Parts: sequence; structure tokens; C-alpha cells
Amino acid sequence: MIPQQFEYSAPKTLDEALGLLAEGAKPLAGGMSLIPMMKLRLASPEHLVDLGRIKDLNYIREEGGAIHIGATATHQDVLSSPLLRGKCPLLAETAAHIGDVQVRNMGTIGGSVAHADPSADYPAALQALEAKIVLKGAKSERTVSAEDFFVDTFTTALEPGEIVREVIVPIDGDGTGTNYQKVLQPASGFAIVGVAVRVRKQGEKVTLARIGVTGLSNRAFRAKEAEKALEGRSGSPAEIQAVAALVGQGIDANSDLHASAEYRLHLTAVYAAKALATALGRIA
Amino acid sequence: MATTTITKTEKLVGKRIRRREDPRLITGTATYVDDIKMPGMLYAAILRSPHAAAKIRSIDISKAKALKGVHAVFVGEDTKNAGAVPCGASLPGLRVPHHNLLAIDRVYLVGHPVAVVVATDRYVARDGAELIEVDYEPEAAVADPEKALAPGAHAVHPQWADNVAFTFHQEGGDVAKAFAEADVIVKQRIVSQRLIPNSMETRGVVADWHAADRSMNLFTSTQAPHLVRSLVAQILGLEENRFRVVAPEVGGGFGAKIQTYAEEILLAWISMKLQKPVKWIESRRENFLCTIHGRGHVDFYEIAAKRDGTITGIKLKIIQDLGAYFTVLTPAIPTLSVLMMPGLYRTPNIQADIVGAFTNCTPTDAYRGAGRPEATHGIERMVDMVAAELKMDPAEIRLKNFVRNEEFPFPTATGLVYDSGDYSAPLKKAMEMAGYDQLRKEQVEARKQGKLMGIGLCAYGEICAFGPSPATPAGGWESATVKIEPSGQVTVLTGISPHGQGEETTFAQITGDELGVGIDDVLVLHGDTSLVPYGIGTFGSRSTAVGGTALYYALQDLKAKVKKFGAMLLESEDVTLANGQCTDNKTGKSVGFKEIAAAAYRAMKLPPNTEPGLLATHFWEPPNFTFPFGAHLVVTDVDRDTGNVSIRRYIAIDDCGNILNPLIVDGQVHGGVAQGIGQALWEQAVYDDNGQLVTGEFMDYTMPRAHMMPWIESGHTVTPTPVNPLGVKGVGEAGTIGASPAVVNSVVDALSPLGVKHLDMPLTPEKLWKLISAGSNA
Ligand SMILES: Cc1cc2nc3c(=O)[nH]c(=O)nc-3n(C[C@H](O)[C@H](O)[C@H](O)COP(=O)(O)OP(=O)(O)OC[C@H]3O[C@@H](n4cnc5c(N)ncnc54)[C@H](O)[C@@H]3O)c2cc1C
Repeated sequence: MIPQQFEYSAPKTLDEALGLLAEGAKPLAGGMSLIPMMKLRLASPEHLVDLGRIKDLNYIREEGGAIHIGATATHQDVLSSPLLRGKCPLLAETAAHIGDVQVRNMGTIGGSVAHADPSADYPAALQALEAKIVLKGAKSERTVSAEDFFVDTFTTALEPGEIVREVIVPIDGDGTGTNYQKVLQPASGFAIVGVAVRVRKQGEKVTLARIGVTGLSNRAFRAKEAEKALEGRSGSPAEIQAVAALVGQGIDANSDLHASAEYRLHLTAVYAAKALATALGRIA
Repeated sequence: MATTTITKTEKLVGKRIRRREDPRLITGTATYVDDIKMPGMLYAAILRSPHAAAKIRSIDISKAKALKGVHAVFVGEDTKNAGAVPCGASLPGLRVPHHNLLAIDRVYLVGHPVAVVVATDRYVARDGAELIEVDYEPEAAVADPEKALAPGAHAVHPQWADNVAFTFHQEGGDVAKAFAEADVIVKQRIVSQRLIPNSMETRGVVADWHAADRSMNLFTSTQAPHLVRSLVAQILGLEENRFRVVAPEVGGGFGAKIQTYAEEILLAWISMKLQKPVKWIESRRENFLCTIHGRGHVDFYEIAAKRDGTITGIKLKIIQDLGAYFTVLTPAIPTLSVLMMPGLYRTPNIQADIVGAFTNCTPTDAYRGAGRPEATHGIERMVDMVAAELKMDPAEIRLKNFVRNEEFPFPTATGLVYDSGDYSAPLKKAMEMAGYDQLRKEQVEARKQGKLMGIGLCAYGEICAFGPSPATPAGGWESATVKIEPSGQVTVLTGISPHGQGEETTFAQITGDELGVGIDDVLVLHGDTSLVPYGIGTFGSRSTAVGGTALYYALQDLKAKVKKFGAMLLESEDVTLANGQCTDNKTGKSVGFKEIAAAAYRAMKLPPNTEPGLLATHFWEPPNFTFPFGAHLVVTDVDRDTGNVSIRRYIAIDDCGNILNPLIVDGQVHGGVAQGIGQALWEQAVYDDNGQLVTGEFMDYTMPRAHMMPWIESGHTVTPTPVNPLGVKGVGEAGTIGASPAVVNSVVDALSPLGVKHLDMPLTPEKLWKLISAGSNA
């Protein structure tokens, strides 16, 4: 890697880091997205603040009926966390789809959401989970919904000087089923399309349906029409097909060498159906 | 620790012996070019063109020169007289573009080197390169060979408006008659797409000039160090005996490191200019753009056949995408496709035409298989199409047309002589392993349920062991020196230049068996022109068949000398050398290898007419190529919903003649198959209309990964070649050559109920899904 020259700090406390960031430094987490860009000189930050030494950012814990995940929890931490596997399996399942072992050992949830790659995996799950993202600056702290956080390609609600401090995901009780389905872009391993589904049933009726989609367009989004079409129904195979067909409806789909817009939309329906069927089948 | 046995009785050849080169590779202790550091060493960074075609109006290097740490900046005007990138191939009427080390007034591909910055470290060098201001006047480019040949296309080289570098014609037999008398004629356009070789280690060069003794040390990641030495020394006007080229550990080449590249000449030139050692390491991005590409064929086939399936004639027109300039073999590669166009079949009538087209792209050259994968892909697709036309089983048509066992040595219509073979044996073995008849029944049932299941065959032949010298651009022989040291340990120096093929192991096996010493007593050295006698290098599946044979003959010479010393020590006239000792055939008394070696060097007494020491060198010129063959059988399932191909079974039966080490042969086949599947399903170098390489990094160029590979069921038949005493044919490229047609034939078979007759690679899910969804609507 032959980047331009840069300064590097590795503070041990969050306050110290936020102070440096307020002066215009850029956070470095796992480096799995930032370093490749620096290597190609597409990004040339003058000062990097490594968040890796800040103990206060690395945790996964239950608090107030939800699970809080510190920004520097790695994808490996997430996929192997007994807490998440037990109480929010969708996030752990999604983490297992990210990259390869090396990437999962280095990459962090904070870095992934802050980077907001339109083909990243977490955003689909975070949409389906209606996750909250806590943003912290030197003098502020605020909480935004996943829906408001992901604004556009590589663009989020983060303001200069702010970092993602933690991600909060809900604990769903019995009666909920989830699944993440991903079509791999064969070269990069990112999602051509990824669909995360979270469904709850009472008796024979679907009482809650949340569908998060990544890879299809400029940002991860919730397929609300499809969600509505499922709620109140039983989730029969025919209904699943009909709901799946709504997931990509009206979306201005991405088109590239690996999948045209038409094919992406088709895959969205196919994999949404798989995710829906699997999630419904998993309801305990 | 090595166990010093010196003598042994167990045979080494034929055993699954683990590769002796692996410990240093897997412990990260091997020395690659980038591991070489020298006092005072400078680093070079190359500024490359972002345009595929442009005039250079001006270059301003003043800011770069002013940067602290920058020692020098050179542009095309500076290196104008330093020579050009060499092409070793010659064809009648060939137009050879003069490719300067650095562009002078125009660039003709993205990645064209424009300037070089030399600095104290690689970071400063890169920063300096970014400070150079080049004023380009971009022009329209042409990045597709068929478009390049169309009237009015942008001329890649202004002096050659038609973009034609050469045409080539070859005929054998009576094609006109074959086509006039044919019952069926099948025609198809077949594309073998451009691929990017992508060895794990990119290229890299360290040049180290010593003015006081006029000597150059050039460390480079190459497959052919002697060739680099001869060419670069000649280009720079240096003395060849004072020019040392070292190929240290080389992390793969696949044909892309046979060439002598601009950077090898440039770095040597810079080192002389600055009187300092200089290093350049190719970035991955540069590797995509500036190291050769492979394939790049558009082929037009016509096959004439009789109703009973007898193939009577083949016509082939090849449009070869050459790229913007030539590297060492560029224009020669498609002529190899012509040589192998009949495949394993008896067809006596052929006609071939090649048009070599310039494009504003990276040059194509030898990539694993070099011309033969294209030929095999073509003929094996066409044979399937003829079978489909005649409603014959694809196995039956192959068995019917194979050269027969009693016909060897078999002269082909293209002028080759196939050495030996039992062409039906691997196909029959593959079918037996697969349970072919049962699979076909299963397929009938699957189709009834609307499932897309395919069974694909490929019977491939290849031309290896390059080769008789008259048929090669730079000599086709190989050399070996064997030394028995005074301790009895054995050192082998070989002219080949292994970079992953495992000859440090197989050559030690050959040596161990011939001399009767243990494998750990043999050291195989290669890749340093100041150490080993002149050699040709490693490519074209030649190393064991040609280099191993040179070694074999050197060992025979040495054995004769060992026996003389043995006889002297035993005071006998009739001795045998076996199991590491010389034995008197009359008395049964014996003397060990160690004692013989010691006596040969101590030289207290010498046998009559015998010099002291134990060393032998042999240069071996092969009388012919070798022709390995085999069959692959692939079962695929295509998902109707997504177009995804899954390979259910992959059977690869190879006949590479005698097998010295089954473990290494399997490894070569597996790696080759991975590359062939890569071409069939995923890999493609895609240029846009402006000549920008769209698949210029691993994020977009689909290199196959382990998890994408099927389980490979490999097997062998063994038909030794009479061409060399080892009976070995070569196995480095076989897997690649067999794989792509086998996979494509399988997928075409799967989709045949939809009326699909041919598919061009790569078989991306979207391509198949479009056909499936159109077909199911129809
Ligand atoms: C080979 C490879 C394959 C991959 N495959 C996938 C895949 O399949 N799916 C997928 O989703 N991702 C994939 N990734 C991306 C990976 O998940 C990254 O880890 C992730 O996108 C970024 O996380 P990071 O911790 O490495 O962040 P970094 O690279 O360190 O930072 C990324 C960006 O976020 C900023 N940043 C980092 N942390 C914070 C924070 N706490 N607050 C605010 N800003 C912050 C940085 O300044 C930078 O702009 C892959 C990456 C590689 C190299």
C-alpha cells in the first residue's frame, strides 16, 4: 500500500478521539474499506484516528431490553456473540455473510455503517431490525433510526466530527422469525442484492413484517409496500410470491457488469421469497 | 532437518512425495524480488497513461523534480535511444510496432508508461509521479478486435490504418472437396474471451549496476532468466557474460512472465544512469493493466461431416486481439491454435486463416495453455454441435473420430506428428467413473420435471514440451549440470526456471533414482544465470519433458564416471551401479557412493583417461513435441430462477505419460481446472468503448476462489511418450485446456431443451437467466 503521507493517532479514550476528530481528523476502524481507498489514493486523509484502542467502544451487551453493540465490535464478534445469536440472530447471521475470515476479523460494525456502501450487508438487517444508531461528537450525542441514517451511496446522517458510537438492535420475543439472503457479486463478494426479513406471527396471522434490502439501489431501504401486503396474512406460499414481487417495485435499480437492473430486480424477488419463507419457517 | 542417507534402495519416481519447496513458501521465508534490499537502493514509480489513445502535447516534470527525495525523473525523450520492448516471434509480413520504454509523442493503451520517478522510497516516488503534469489530447480508441478491423476504425498505429498486424494462412489436405462432399456443415462463431493471468506475485525488478567492472545484476520475477539476460544485455549494449539475471522465488507466472518487459530494460538503464541499485514493484492495478493478457480470440468455425459422424474437414478463421504492441510471443500464440485445431481427431482436411488485429488494449501473449485452450474449446464445442445436428451421442462421435492407437506416430493435417496415444482410454474411464449411461437416464427424468441438467464432455489434446528448436523463437532445448560433491551429496543445476511447478522435488526424484541416493541428498538449483548453464526456461509444459530429459542424460554421463571410479576402487572391470553403491559383478564386493565421491576429488589415483571430479553437463534437443491428452466430464445443474450454474461432478482424466509424482500432477491438474472453470464461468477482461479496462481490479475481475470450486475427481491413464527416455509428456496446462469446453458443453447440454446450441464464455448467471426466461416465455 502506497498512500500519501498521513498522521496517525491511536488514543485510548473516546474524548481524546472526539477532540482530534473535531479538528478534522478521520476515524480509522478495521481499515477494510478505508485502507483500500487510501491505497488507490482515492482517499488521502491527513490525519487518521485509530478507534481500535478505545475500550469503551468495543462491547456487545444487553441494556434496557435491547442489545447495544459498540462501534468497534468486529464482524467476527457479532457473528459469534452468544447474546446476539440467542436474542437477535438476524444480525449474527448477516455478519457471517460479510467478506471472508480476514475481513470479518478486522472490519467493524461502526465502520461498515459509517461507510454506507450500497452493497454492504449490515444495512439490510439494520433496516429490518429498525435499529438505532447512536452518533457522538465532541459536544453532542444523538440517536437516529437506521432508516434516517442511510441517506445515499456512501452518505449517512453523520455530521463532521461525529462518530458512530453504537448500534442498538431490539430483542424479539417468541413468535418472531428472521433470515438474511444474499446474492454474491462473484468478484467482490459484496451483495448484488441482499434481503433481510423479520416477521412476527400471532396464531396464523403475521402481525409484523419488516423487510430490509441492500445492493439493489443507491442505499439500503425498507420495502414498506411489501411489508404491508404481508401483515394480516398467513404467509402462504402464494402470498410469499406476491409479497416478494413487491419488494423491488418502483425502485431505481443499480445496473453494472455483474447484474443489469432487470436481473437485479428479478433476483430481489427470488431471494426475498426465499428469505420470507425461511423467516416464516423459523417462527418458534 | 534433512536426513543424510546418501544411499537408498527405495524408488522415488512415481511416489506421492511432498514438495520440497513448500516449507519455505508456507513459512513465509522465501525470498521474492520485493524482499531484496540493497544499501542505497532507490525506488521507481511509473506514471502511466489514463487514456487508451492520446497525443502527448507536453510533459511538465518540474514539480516532481523539485520534490524532496526525488533523485531523477525520466520521460520518453530521455529513454528514446535505450531500446524497445522486444518481440521474438516472426511471421511473414508482420508489422512490429516500436514500443518505446516510455511513450514519446503518443500513448496507445491505458497503462502506457509515460514517465518514471526515482526516489529514496516508494512513497516519495509515487508522490512525485502524481506531480507530473501531462497534457494529453485524447483520441477515439478501439478496444474490440472486430471493431478494429471494420473500415473507418481508429488506427491504433497511425501508419497502419487497417489495424492489421498480419495475416496467416495454412491448409492441409483438400478442404474444398471435404466441404463439397459433406452431408452436414455446421458453422459457429466462438469467442475465447480476454483473460488476465493474475499470478499471486506481481512483477518486480531490482537492477544493480557496477560501473567499475561493467557488471549488471538484475533480479526479476520471470519464467525465463536467460532470455531476459540475452535480450536486455543486447538492447542496452552490455556484455552478456557480465550480465547476471536472477529469478528469485517467483510467485507464479502462468505464461505472463516469459516476456521481457519494458520495466526490466528501464530499471537496468536507470541503474546505469544513476549508478545506484533501483527497485520497482508492480502494483496490482499495474498488473491488471501492464502485464500481458491471455486469449482474446473471435473464431469462425465450419465443420464438414458425413452422416455417420465422420468429421471430414475443418475451416477456421481466427481474429486475434493482439493489443497495442507486442511482447515476446504475441503474434505467435494464435499459430499454436492452428497447429492444434484438429484436436484428437483424424480429420485430414483443414484450412485456417488468422488476422491479427491491433487494439488499444494490453498486449495478449501466452497464458496457461497459450493458443491450445482456444483451439480445444473451438473443436470440442464444434464436435458437440455436429453431434447435436446428427442426433448422435457426444461420446460416440468422439470415439468414432479419434486417431486410432495403431496410427501413431500420427501426422496431422496441420503438420505435426502426434507421438503416442490411446485417445479413447481417458474418455471411457471418465464415462465409467461418472456412470455415464445412468446419468443420461437421470437426465431424461430430470428434463421431464423441467430441470436443467447437463452432461458435458471434452476430449483434449495438447502440444507440450516446447520444443524442437526450429519450431521455437529462441531455441527449444534444455540444459542440466549434475555435480556430485566430495561429500557424496548431489547438486543439480537446471536451465529451466520453476516458479511453482515443483521441479525441485521431481528432479530430485529422478536424480535420487538414477544415482541411488536419498532425496534429501539432492539439491536442485535454478534461476540464476551466473550459477546455471544457459537454459530456455519454464513454460509450455516443457520443464520435465525437456529439462528433466537433459538431467537424465547428464546423470547417465555422470554414472559412467562414477562407475569408472568404483571399478578402480574395487580393482574390477565389471561393476554395476545401483542403490548408491558400485558392486563388483564377480566378487560381489561393493564400494559406497561417499567413498567414490571422496576418491574422485582426492584424486590420489585416477582411472585411465579420467579427470578428477564428478560433474556432467548435458544439453538436450528434443526431436519432437509431446502430445498429452485426456478427457473431462462435467455434470451441471442450472437453476431456472437465477441462471446459476452448479457443478455437481467434475471428473478429470489426464494422460501425461509417465507420472513422476502423482501429488504434483494432481496439483497441476487441479490448479489448471480451476483456471479453466474460471474462464468458463466467471473471468473476463472487459474494456469499454474508450479502452478503459472495466475489470481492472479484483472487485470486478472474478478470480475463482476455493469456495467456488467443485470437488475434482481426478484419474489418469498412462501412455508414455517415445520422444524422451522418461516417457513424460507434460501436465502444466492440461487442466486449463480441458476444463472450459467441458463446462460449457455441459451447460449447453443443460439448456439444449430450450433450443440452445452454443454459448460464449463466461456463462454468467444473468446470461443464462435471460435465455431461460425468454425460452420459458416462448
Ligand atoms: C475483501 C473485502 C470483502 C468485503 N466484503 C464485504 C461484504 O461481503 N459485505 C460487506 O458488508 N462488507 C464487505 N467488506 C467491507 C467490510 O465489511 C468493511 O469492514 C466495512 O465496510 C468497513 O468497516 P471497517 O471497520 O473496516 O472501517 P474502515 O475501513 O476503517 O472505515 C470505513 C469508513 O468508515 C469511517 N469510520 C470507521 N469507523 C467509524 C465510526 N465508528 N464512526 C464514524 N465513521 C467511522 C472511516 O473513516 C471510513 O470512512 C469487504 C471488505 C473487503 C476488504
